[in-house]
Amino acid sequence: MNARVVDRTLIYGGAVVLALWGLIPFYLIAISAFTPQSNVSDYPKPLLPTVVSVGTMQLFLESSGIVPAMLNSLAVALVTVVVGLALGTPAAYALARLRFRGRETFRAVLLVTRMFPIAILAIPLAAIFVRLGLYDNLISVALVHTSLALPFVILIMGGVFVALSHELEEAAETLGCSRWGAFLRVALPPAAPGLGAAAIFAFVISWNEVFAAAILTVRTHTLPAQVLASLSTSPLALKLVAGFFMVLPAVVFIVLVRRYLRAVWGPI
Amino acid sequence: MRTRTGQLLPLGLLLPSVAFLAVLVLVPMTQALLLSTVTDSGEFSLAVFQGMLADANFSDAWRNTFLLLLLIVPLQVALALVIALLVNSRFRGHRLFFLIYTLPVAVSDLAAGLLWLAAFSERGYLNSLLQSAGLIGQPVLLLSFDNFPGLVTAIVIAESWRTTAMVLLVLVAGLELIPRDVLETAELFGANRLRRTIDVVLPLLRPSLQSALIIRTIFAFQTFAVVLALAGRNVPVLAGGAYSWYATNQDTHIAAGYGVVILALSIVAIIVYLRMLSGPRGLEVQR
Repeated sequence: MNARVVDRTLIYGGAVVLALWGLIPFYLIAISAFTPQSNVSDYPKPLLPTVVSVGTMQLFLESSGIVPAMLNSLAVALVTVVVGLALGTPAAYALARLRFRGRETFRAVLLVTRMFPIAILAIPLAAIFVRLGLYDNLISVALVHTSLALPFVILIMGGVFVALSHELEEAAETLGCSRWGAFLRVALPPAAPGLGAAAIFAFVISWNEVFAAAILTVRTHTLPAQVLASLSTSPLALKLVAGFFMVLPAVVFIVLVRRYLRAVWGPI
Repeated sequence: MRTRTGQLLPLGLLLPSVAFLAVLVLVPMTQALLLSTVTDSGEFSLAVFQGMLADANFSDAWRNTFLLLLLIVPLQVALALVIALLVNSRFRGHRLFFLIYTLPVAVSDLAAGLLWLAAFSERGYLNSLLQSAGLIGQPVLLLSFDNFPGLVTAIVIAESWRTTAMVLLVLVAGLELIPRDVLETAELFGANRLRRTIDVVLPLLRPSLQSALIIRTIFAFQTFAVVLALAGRNVPVLAGGAYSWYATNQDTHIAAGYGVVILALSIVAIIVYLRMLSGPRGLEVQR
């Protein structure tokens, strides 16, 4: 065997083993979710399921508080997307296209806030929201999620605006377009895919967030907060279905925005 | 980049974001410091921190958080480095494999705990596999309350699985900044792949490794839901302490104290990493 063949075997062998490590948990949660109720306590379980059913999923969806919690999660995530993009897009545009004093400071602040510990924010915010009458309210959860998502939105959109040529915009302005008009008609349309990616990213951040949602709500839980609150009481089979439902949309969305992942986690 | 404009336009564009972040980040941060050091009657007191130090649960939480940090962070950085170098070798199909490796970045810590619960529970798929292969006679109680090593192993595996993807993204972005001609020159001078990796790639990757370590360490101090999902209250951690002091014991002061400890640890970690890894650099790579 020559060296090239050995090299290839090593590379593909390693790639496949690592891919299995990445994919197996998704596979296990999927076959768990499709296990019929009569088989949830089978042992040993077959790795290739012989019977599939949506019965356990139905039971999960019918258990109290789950559907409202999903709707709450959806509402919070949508508000996060809308407010995040409305605040973040202008900031990203300024960061990408304008020179101004404090630009580097603002960048640094963004990079620091993208990893700020939520534990220190959620508890005092709960105390503040109680005083404002906003405690146990979806608006307050959405505000906190927006503050978590905002740095990511600005980083993604900043990258998008930097990559787009600014000459077209300048041309539009020399031809009589106002700056605002040039932004709206020339800069924004080609940035639409980036805007979509930023929206999806903000959605996933909100959809996945556990700590703040659990602290800030008592009755109007989001899905992760509801699942967390019932961890010690709910049967294993339903917990696994809950995991399946939380993971499914997040994974689909990440596949859609894969091109933008690096912009977000690039070097500081 | 456009030419310099007045300060008014950027100010107007940035103000909404800056104001929003100030209200939702700076205000609660100050508030956390106040909550943990000022009593309800308005006096300054360190009773919260003294109480925490005397509490056995706090020392357990402290120990477990650091144990998990020390086990998870080196493991996942090493694993992510191997994957990043593999992807960067640009073998045929590397894009598809890269997408697979990054999928866990979409998974929340709670969901990661539940995913691995399917594998590690008593009648779960790991025991099923071992039993079918005849390696065990009856299910191993990996997640039993009195099996601390088992609980920690499960948490380390689940959390490493989830967050390696994030480190991978940081490192791959860093690898792409390394100029190809530097590597070609090294090859020209007879350096084999291993030598090129050790002598050229790794030193140039240091800023990215530093970012990855900082991000991961800070997130490790916040490890929370994955622990609750796999181990319940049997493995107390710092962020879990903040949650249960607030949600179960309804003591905002002590909960805020836990938050302040987590923030302080995060800041110390950043300083330590910047000191440790910033030494003299042979070559600065900047785009």
